[in-house]
Amino acid sequence: MSKINRRKFLTIAGTLSAGAALTACATPAPTAAPAAPGAAAKPAAKQFKIAMVCPSLVNDAAFSQSMYDAIMSVQKEMGGESALMLKYSDNVFQVPNAAAAIRDYAGQGFDLVIAHGTQYGNSLQEIAKDFPNVAFAWGTATDNFESKGLKNVFAYNPKAEEGGYVLGVLAAKMTKSNVVGVCGPVEAGDAKTFVDGFKKGVTDTNKAAKVNVTYTGNFSDVSLMAAAAETHTKAGADILTGSSQSVVGAIGIAKDKKIVWFGTQSNQANLAPETVGASQVYDWSGIVKEMISMINSGKKGTVSFESTLKNGGLKIVYNDKVAISADAKAAAAAATKDIADGKLKALP
Amino acid sequence: MSELFSLTVLTGIAYSGIRLATPYLFAALGEMFAQRSGVVNLGVEGIMLMGAFTAFAMATWTGNLWFALFCAAFIGLLMGLAMSFISVNMQAEQGISGIGMHLFGLGLSSLLFTKFLGSTKAITGFQPIKIPLLGDIPVIGEIFFNHNILVYLAFLLVPIAVWVLNKTTLGLKIRAVGVKPEAADSLGVSVSKIRYLCVSFGGVMAGIAGASLTLALINLFQENMTSGIGFIAVALVYFGGWTPVGVTLGALLFSLVNALQLWIQVLDKDKVIPSDFALMMPYVLTIAVLAFGKRTNQPAALTKPFDRGSH
Repeated sequence: MSKINRRKFLTIAGTLSAGAALTACATPAPTAAPAAPGAAAKPAAKQFKIAMVCPSLVNDAAFSQSMYDAIMSVQKEMGGESALMLKYSDNVFQVPNAAAAIRDYAGQGFDLVIAHGTQYGNSLQEIAKDFPNVAFAWGTATDNFESKGLKNVFAYNPKAEEGGYVLGVLAAKMTKSNVVGVCGPVEAGDAKTFVDGFKKGVTDTNKAAKVNVTYTGNFSDVSLMAAAAETHTKAGADILTGSSQSVVGAIGIAKDKKIVWFGTQSNQANLAPETVGASQVYDWSGIVKEMISMINSGKKGTVSFESTLKNGGLKIVYNDKVAISADAKAAAAAATKDIADGKLKALP
Repeated sequence: MSELFSLTVLTGIAYSGIRLATPYLFAALGEMFAQRSGVVNLGVEGIMLMGAFTAFAMATWTGNLWFALFCAAFIGLLMGLAMSFISVNMQAEQGISGIGMHLFGLGLSSLLFTKFLGSTKAITGFQPIKIPLLGDIPVIGEIFFNHNILVYLAFLLVPIAVWVLNKTTLGLKIRAVGVKPEAADSLGVSVSKIRYLCVSFGGVMAGIAGASLTLALINLFQENMTSGIGFIAVALVYFGGWTPVGVTLGALLFSLVNALQLWIQVLDKDKVIPSDFALMMPYVLTIAVLAFGKRTNQPAALTKPFDRGSH
């Protein structure tokens, strides 16, 4: 290698490796979650070990955070890190990288490996076959692969349309322009059911209101999501909602235009406290506890869980900093009760 | 769908198109200068991410939007200087080092965000400024004269770029260095200095382009929030035939089609046109123009390192 070629080589290698190293640094490899206060004081008989792989950051105020918060809450309830240990790899959007992480965790003796992303399903199906003694969970999904002969996979799915419907009722009661905008990511999964439930909630409650829906085609394009929100406001929308981690772009526009936003997946009030009226929160803690209990009693899969308003897996959380009338809240509470009692279908 | 041709909708499309063009315009105009001097900087996306993060962090901590913008420009300058050093002094393969710069910006912005901010909270960005008198003209006023300051600055840059490139000695030197660096060198023009200047300017513009997202368009930061804007900006330079006006028309066309597809989704109540089809429109258009466009102004020395000793 001549001098100049070596120099070029070193420069390129240096630049690429610096970039790759920083990307790796920003994507925390197995990270221990913080222990709850007082955890060390209550040693449990046997520590239960959970590993989680998720597509965005655990503080994304959306999908990944919903599972992280649930496990942290269960950890606190069980007595801290000595009773329940969590390691996670977040921001792993690429399926091959996620598959590698899931396989790594499975080989490390975890009691439960959670693949928190619909896109991980195919890879998980292959990995679960190789580790029959490890329990896996994936979602949002309804297929626990029992029909494929697997006995060690749980599936979990939110009935996002239920909370969507209730938020739609609130939006219908609050809109003055009678135009409501929905910023969807991809027309699939819980994003679609949320949107469909929301639309039905609005139109069932306020016949004069119309719901405009856009999809950006991916889960991460913050800029296009902002443009979609902007378009909705230009089309007259005075209430906005949307799903996925990219909605931060739309929430920024809602704040700018001083209109109300309804969130889903996690409580999004922290993103813009004066803008987010209420959020549908995915509370996976009940499902996590149930899976732990089943695994401890020897059952490692074959169950598909569903989060609903009735079983507390879905919650409507209000933000007191945004004024919502008592009438709107009463209508939302009535819709919640009717859905829970099976008197009302949230999907068209 | 007949509403698509109503004045309200057409005004909305035009207004959104101009607003959305802002980050593309800053980044693509800066990249155009770098390419006219013979250097392709594929790291624009990474520099934009660092600019977006820096501006958001500074705005969050100090509340001063202009200081935040200055810091983003400064970070862009530093990364532009780094790219200049790599491509001019080290004569590295520009395409690959650009990808390295992108990964560097992506990784560092994510790392710094995780370490120093952790979570995001919307800021109050630059607000729209209605230009007196002009802003009151029906339709025209709403489309062109009711934007935030960064939109005006981006479009103000276009005539300045035309003037610098075509009417000044510096512009002549830039064009000469990009077409025939040996000839420029023999006439006493420092190829290295010109390329340093242009690539660094491109870095500053990319930093400001990133800042325009967090300080004016979105008002929040999220990892990898540019989602390919930097790469589209590089493509727009080819699209625009390496001229400021061409780049501007390209940026406007891309943004207008993007605004149009969102409006089509809003107005198409019966979902006659699938959302996926609407989403494809800007990209299909870009590929079509690139495929059929003429490359008359492509700098002859583009991507070729200049080694003074070898001539």
